[in-house]
Amino acid sequence: MPGQLNLFQRIRYSIFPGTLQRPEYRERYRSFFNSLILHFRPHSVQQRTLRFTLTWGLGGMAVLLVCILFATGLMLKFVYQPVPDRAYESIIHLQNNVLFGQLIRNIHHWSGNILLIIVFLHFLRIFFTGAFHPPREFNWIIGLAMFLAVLTSNITGYLLPWDQLAFWAITICTGMLEYIPGIGEWLQGLVRGGSDIGPATLSIFFAIHTAVIPACLLILMPFHFWRVRKAGGLVIPCRPYEDETSENEKVPTIPNLILREIVVAVVLIAVVMVVAVLFNAPLEAKANPGLSPNPTKAPWYFAGIQELLLHFHPLFALFIIPVFMLIALVSIPYFNYQTETAGVWFASLKGRSMAVVAALVAIIVTPIGIVADEFVIDLAAWMPNIPGEISNGLIPFALMLTATFLFYKIMKNKFSSNNNEALQSVFVLLAVAFIILTITGIWFRGLNMKLSLPGYY
Amino acid sequence: MPTKTKEKKSEAEPTRRSFLNILWIILGGVALAEFIAVAFAFLRPRKLKARGENADSIITAGAVESFRPNSVTAFVRGKFYLACLEDGGFLALSRTCTHLGCSVPWIEKELKFACPCHGSAFDITGNVIDAPAPRALDIYAITIENNIIKVDTREPIKRNTFRVDQVTYPKKKV
Repeated sequence: MPGQLNLFQRIRYSIFPGTLQRPEYRERYRSFFNSLILHFRPHSVQQRTLRFTLTWGLGGMAVLLVCILFATGLMLKFVYQPVPDRAYESIIHLQNNVLFGQLIRNIHHWSGNILLIIVFLHFLRIFFTGAFHPPREFNWIIGLAMFLAVLTSNITGYLLPWDQLAFWAITICTGMLEYIPGIGEWLQGLVRGGSDIGPATLSIFFAIHTAVIPACLLILMPFHFWRVRKAGGLVIPCRPYEDETSENEKVPTIPNLILREIVVAVVLIAVVMVVAVLFNAPLEAKANPGLSPNPTKAPWYFAGIQELLLHFHPLFALFIIPVFMLIALVSIPYFNYQTETAGVWFASLKGRSMAVVAALVAIIVTPIGIVADEFVIDLAAWMPNIPGEISNGLIPFALMLTATFLFYKIMKNKFSSNNNEALQSVFVLLAVAFIILTITGIWFRGLNMKLSLPGYY
Repeated sequence: MPTKTKEKKSEAEPTRRSFLNILWIILGGVALAEFIAVAFAFLRPRKLKARGENADSIITAGAVESFRPNSVTAFVRGKFYLACLEDGGFLALSRTCTHLGCSVPWIEKELKFACPCHGSAFDITGNVIDAPAPRALDIYAITIENNIIKVDTREPIKRNTFRVDQVTYPKKKV
């Protein structure tokens, strides 16, 4: 039989020798290919974890976006030149002269931004389904580390086009580092590679963006997935009124899980492509170190922190509050919880109503606070003899902490809930407040960072 | 039972083998520490002194007579403003806002520096008029020789507020 084959068949069978055999061997060969997939995925999964409303496909979407970013980033690397005199020109060249250059840049830009949103939603999903309870505590920490990596990647990538938007946003962001007590100035010099933003900064950001972060993600992502496998797969979803022990059936991964993942992937790719075709990634005039645009804003994911900066002394807005938040996030899986709620959305029905109440409180109180601070409250002027760190920092911060603690106590008593539900309501309160601060920073800040309606400046 | 005694010995007191194993691990640790130290030294930003003695960093602003009192002149190359105060004294102000590092333009009409980023404002001496800037604009050292003003832009001098001894006066002609 081999004698009758032509050259192309011989090449084909040399690559896929199994397909030469009889059909039953072919079947065996296919299972060999499937087992390649099963190196990454388990053989079988709990049927109930396939429920779309458990995961919303967010983890898979994040992986796919990282793959898209790797591919498009690699392509951009062939054109982009990380030197101040050439960076902006090479982007112009990419957009005007390179075939599909603008499209590839758009896909990279939008994937990066969408990834940040998806990762944030994934983080909320993990929190609200209680997927940080043992044995998944440490995977929560790995997830936070990857969240920071994605954030760093976005910031460092922001500078690379070297236009006015990039230059001044990064000036502000690295300017924030100066307020970290003790090591602030040293850290700023390390990040900028000198006292000003210049060629050294661009080299450093380029290296972090194209080598350090990808390497970190390549290590952390498999670690994250391996810990999911070690924990026996995803949390098993359980509606609050359902009996946890009912139907625990396992189904084969192929095709049950793989097919669902492919559907999510195809839809997401379509969405990214449509966005990339319709909306160009922003590019303003070339960076001019002598001319700050008005208003100069940080990237949208830092708009919340920039908004805090308008209300608190920089030491608190840029250092103490973010450090408090980070410590709180890291310690979430290590609190003592009264019940085990893994897999139940919002811990219980009561937890859900408490979350709604907390969200409503935040939606009402935060805008009132922002407006009041803009027009009425001026702690620094009311207490002229006290340094700004205290009058505009410690005092409002202490008030906020007290208010949060009172909120926790009131919620716990009012709903006579356990601490899972009460802590969750505090998380909702703070998360919603932060989202509102971010929205205000992005859309409601106009000329000179004054409060104004979108489009009215 | 010779083997059993041997095992017991290794648990109780360090044998030559376990000692050497520990030694290898320590050596590995030293090598790692060396690499980390090298990496840190490599990444540390170079001192401004490297820019030091070259002629670029000292900028000749011009003759004393060419500046009107109560005026501010921008020097783009040196990234500073030369302010001539009411009494004829000179201050070289950094154009970098002390809040987050934006460039502050001089508003001639209102006689103030207004930062476009977060609305900080400074008067002609660099003092803060409007928050959130935490301190006055940095200054650079000025020397006046033969009525020619020279500004040393190597190192900005940080200060909290304006003081009279920061001003440089030209020598009175006799």
